[in-house]
Amino acid sequence: MVHNDKDEVTGINTTGHEWDGIRELDNPLPRWWLWIFYACIAFAIGYWVLMPAWPGLHGYTHGLLAKSDRAQVAVDLNALKAQRGLAGAGLVNASLEQIEADPKLQAYALAAGASVFGDNCATCHGAGGGGGKGYPNLRDDVWLWGGTPADIEHTLRVGIRSGHPNARMSQMPAFGRDQIVTPDQVNDLTEYVVALSRRKANTAAVARAAPVFQAQCGVCHGPAGMGNQAVGAPNLTDRDWLYGADRASIHSQIWNARGGVMPTWEKRLDTATIKALAVYVHANAGGK
Amino acid sequence: MWKHHQKLERHSLLLVIGILVVVAIGGLVEISPLFYLESTIEKVDGIRPYTPLELEGRDIYVREGCYLCHSQMIRPLRDEVERYGHYSLAAESMYDHPFQWGSKRTGPDLARVGGKYSDGWHIDHLTNPRAVVPESVMPPYAFLAKKELDYRDVADKLRAQRTVRVPYTNAMIANAAKDLEAQADEFSSDGSALKQRYGSKVNQRDFDGNPDQISEMDALIAYLQMLGTTVDFSTYKADAGENLR
Repeated sequence: MVHNDKDEVTGINTTGHEWDGIRELDNPLPRWWLWIFYACIAFAIGYWVLMPAWPGLHGYTHGLLAKSDRAQVAVDLNALKAQRGLAGAGLVNASLEQIEADPKLQAYALAAGASVFGDNCATCHGAGGGGGKGYPNLRDDVWLWGGTPADIEHTLRVGIRSGHPNARMSQMPAFGRDQIVTPDQVNDLTEYVVALSRRKANTAAVARAAPVFQAQCGVCHGPAGMGNQAVGAPNLTDRDWLYGADRASIHSQIWNARGGVMPTWEKRLDTATIKALAVYVHANAGGK
Repeated sequence: MWKHHQKLERHSLLLVIGILVVVAIGGLVEISPLFYLESTIEKVDGIRPYTPLELEGRDIYVREGCYLCHSQMIRPLRDEVERYGHYSLAAESMYDHPFQWGSKRTGPDLARVGGKYSDGWHIDHLTNPRAVVPESVMPPYAFLAKKELDYRDVADKLRAQRTVRVPYTNAMIANAAKDLEAQADEFSSDGSALKQRYGSKVNQRDFDGNPDQISEMDALIAYLQMLGTTVDFSTYKADAGENLR
């Protein structure tokens, strides 16, 4: 580009372009900008050499560092396991009773359990394990499937109606919906169940329902309605209700027979974590 | 040389063509290897196309904009793997058109939410999120349970997916509506045909707890319950050379 158009005021050459009498000074690029630009180019070349960069026909250049995110995360996870150290490994070999008896192991299990509970269990059972309608309260001493540490660990591993081959299974029939008993009998049974928990109920209805209860409900819930943890049948004589204590809730449960699902955690959490959870849940409950 | 550059600068059409050529080179170098390089094409056992009911569920997921708050991408970072499970594999979203990786987590990642919660929990949570998660900011989707799923065009949806190379067979397309109905009913006699076509791990049950109708809730929960469950990570060799990239 040939131009010897010198701007008279600044003494700097112009670019030679002119738009309606406006001309442009041909200042050089700022030095600091230019050097950063060159540094970026140098950095890029260094990056190509060190890191995976260029694709070829059959592969790509791995670079001198051969960095891989997937290899790195395995290293990080192993480092985490090492950091958790002997206490974490101890959980795998110790029995649940041994963990509870050893203050160091127990303290570790409780801390680990609390953290995993928040991530995985609190979504249903509530942040403190207090439960809700349809989700059992884990802080009391009422258990559907047993509250010993071994029972809790087994429930955690296989789940309830979870599809796991050894899942804890119980299936209350929908007595009303499937017409196993008449609608009148469902009403009577509702009164009978209310009476079981020592509340005021219609005595005539309770008397009518007694033989029906023995024939239909007693098999699982027991003749006195005390429940049976071997088959997951809840105790009907206490004050703890999974689907509500009022007559409408009890009627709905006899009519439709809801049964909740607890997922299996065997594949999602490792052995040590499940043990830690069992110890944590056991410690927070009534302590059976 | 600079003299010739002036020609480009002063001719807008030439400049446009020049820019296109330069950008195309960048694109070719970055994108085209993904189509032929063995190491970028991941083959993993267990990956299958969505069943018709899951595909309808995915469409509801997209329609309701779930991806705006939920990602489906567990990155290979320690904290993510600790919380959500094994990091996502490229193959796990190979039949997603469009993919649902998302870009923002207002809610948690959903890449492995399948099987983590019960159907009942999903119903309670979608109906009123704060009933089960008090601190949640998710809007309620109670209407999904009342809205009957419109699946008249489900076979066409499978056909459309096939044009983008999702391997739906002719039998899958011909039986799309039947498979959809079978999956939402655990007592359906067509269930075995469905599992023969899509694999034995397919969840077959009444997802929304209402056997009288196939609702949009059924479809969405069927989709959520299969997310991240197709690969068996007890047999997947994460540390094998070809899987490290």
